[in-house]
Amino acid sequence: MRKKRYFSRGVMFLLCAVFAVMFLLPTVLTITNSFMSEAEIKSNYGMIFSTTTGGYVSKTVNLKFIPDKVTLSQYVTGLIKSPEYLIKFWNSVFLVVPIVLFQVAVACVAAYSFTRWRSKVRSGIFFFYVILMLMPYQVTLVPNYLVSDWLGLLNTRWAIILPGIFAPFSVFLLTKFMRRIPYSLIEAAKVDGAGEWEIFTQICLPQCRSAIYSIAILVFIDYWNMVEQPLILLQDADAQPLSVFLSQINAGEIGLAFAMATVYMVPSLLIFLHGEEYLVEGIANSGSVKG
Amino acid sequence: MKAGTKYSIIPLFRHTIYYEMVTKMEEKANRRRERRHDFLLSLCFLSPSFLGVAVFFIVPFGVVVYYSLIDGVGSQNFVLFDNFIRLFQNSAFRMASRNTLHFSVIAVPLAVILAIVLALLLEARIPLKSQFRTFFLSPMMVPVASVVLIWQVLFNYNGTVNEFLTLFGADKIDWFQSDYCQIVVMLLFLWKNLGYNMILFMAALSNIPKELLEVADVEGASEWYKFFAIKLRYLSPTVLFVTILSLINSFKVFREVYLLTGDYPYEKLYMLQHFMNNTFKSLDYQKLSAAAVVMALVMVVLIALLFRAEDRFGKDVEG
Repeated sequence: MRKKRYFSRGVMFLLCAVFAVMFLLPTVLTITNSFMSEAEIKSNYGMIFSTTTGGYVSKTVNLKFIPDKVTLSQYVTGLIKSPEYLIKFWNSVFLVVPIVLFQVAVACVAAYSFTRWRSKVRSGIFFFYVILMLMPYQVTLVPNYLVSDWLGLLNTRWAIILPGIFAPFSVFLLTKFMRRIPYSLIEAAKVDGAGEWEIFTQICLPQCRSAIYSIAILVFIDYWNMVEQPLILLQDADAQPLSVFLSQINAGEIGLAFAMATVYMVPSLLIFLHGEEYLVEGIANSGSVKG
Repeated sequence: MKAGTKYSIIPLFRHTIYYEMVTKMEEKANRRRERRHDFLLSLCFLSPSFLGVAVFFIVPFGVVVYYSLIDGVGSQNFVLFDNFIRLFQNSAFRMASRNTLHFSVIAVPLAVILAIVLALLLEARIPLKSQFRTFFLSPMMVPVASVVLIWQVLFNYNGTVNEFLTLFGADKIDWFQSDYCQIVVMLLFLWKNLGYNMILFMAALSNIPKELLEVADVEGASEWYKFFAIKLRYLSPTVLFVTILSLINSFKVFREVYLLTGDYPYEKLYMLQHFMNNTFKSLDYQKLSAAAVVMALVMVVLIALLFRAEDRFGKDVEG
């Protein structure tokens, strides 16, 4: 019996390990390949991106994990020689940080309203939010474009930041979480003479701290990797975030793309490693769609 | 004084009624005042978000609906369903919706089922559990650009996967230019989203009352029985939640497809998003608006169905 259990556990472990390797592969590849020289990249993947001429181009594709010679040359070109990458990196920061901060702030307040007071009208509005949240970007694309055109926001950062702030996704998730707060807590505070704002800041917010963190992480990752919105709403290349630029890097600069992708991954990596526990905790209590 | 008796009873009677009425009215007024107070308060809290949503999503969407009903930007000619008829007659639109449907119908359930499997695997007592969890989540961080590069390296005609296939004597497959292309995109979608779905299921699994499972153990229930009779019931609200999230994310996979294959990919990969993107570029707002309205309607129906389903299956386990 015990032997059997150890055996099945071993099989499970192996399965997990196989999955884990598959999941981790692209991350590892991105990082290790960023330390290869352009020539080595070309000899490995030249086949695929063979619009460039010159240098040795191999017939087949070699997926290689470990560089022949570790160099930082890609990082040097990307970060020191041409400042445009750094500028775009900061563009990303200036776009994403306000979106995350304000979206979560607006969502907290709105979620409190959905949690604290319920009526037919408000649950109707909530359903509306859910539907808006589910609209694929291609549906909201035209409305988004129209509105930023009317407000004269087109080709400014605000065309991306403002719709980002009011995206209903985090309102939905936070409401689901806040509804789990025991009503007795709020009632008790009310008896003690706390006003709504006090209940909100002193009781509600501390109770869902992990949810707020986890939502902030999700929103950050979502917007950090945005491509479509800036392409359409922010056509000024100097203001575009690095995510757009990376996705348009041309065939001759694959190595550079890997290096810059690694740089671009650093903030999400830090936030992720720091906040993974919150991510898990924050979800643990959200549960179902409606609430 | 015969009236005296009347005199003494009726006012009393009247008085109680009057009193009750007054208290009732007062109560009502109080309640109304309270309700108005609550309404104003809730409005205060909701308004920042609602105003933003109204300006950036609701009003413009109204305009899109309007555009879908007229025959040209700037004209005020209502043509009702002409745009929609034109849309449904458009072969590109039909192909795109067929492909999108095909993709979602297969990929979304897979994303749910495989995530449950992963969550159950990680629930077992195996070493390095939390490391595995982190590994499974790692795809969320990888920038789109390098995902696209790596997918090209893997699935190019001379790429790593084909190399691997020839090792076993199989033929090379032209992944992006054949009917296999949807598989490649599904793999990408699953790779990206399974980790987060898994976390959602792990959370749900940890919320199952331990006593139930212990009782089942004592009664000698098999693992399968425990899964289908107990765990799945408690997972059902999460199943719906994950289904909806996966649906959203299945639309987002377009980003990668687009970067991998451009405006006009192999037929089977031509999704609704390609159609909309291309119509947007060609400035055909009527067709585009009609397509957006149709897509929105489909989503509304789908969500209403999912909510119904949750009402039926999720009620008995939710507190």
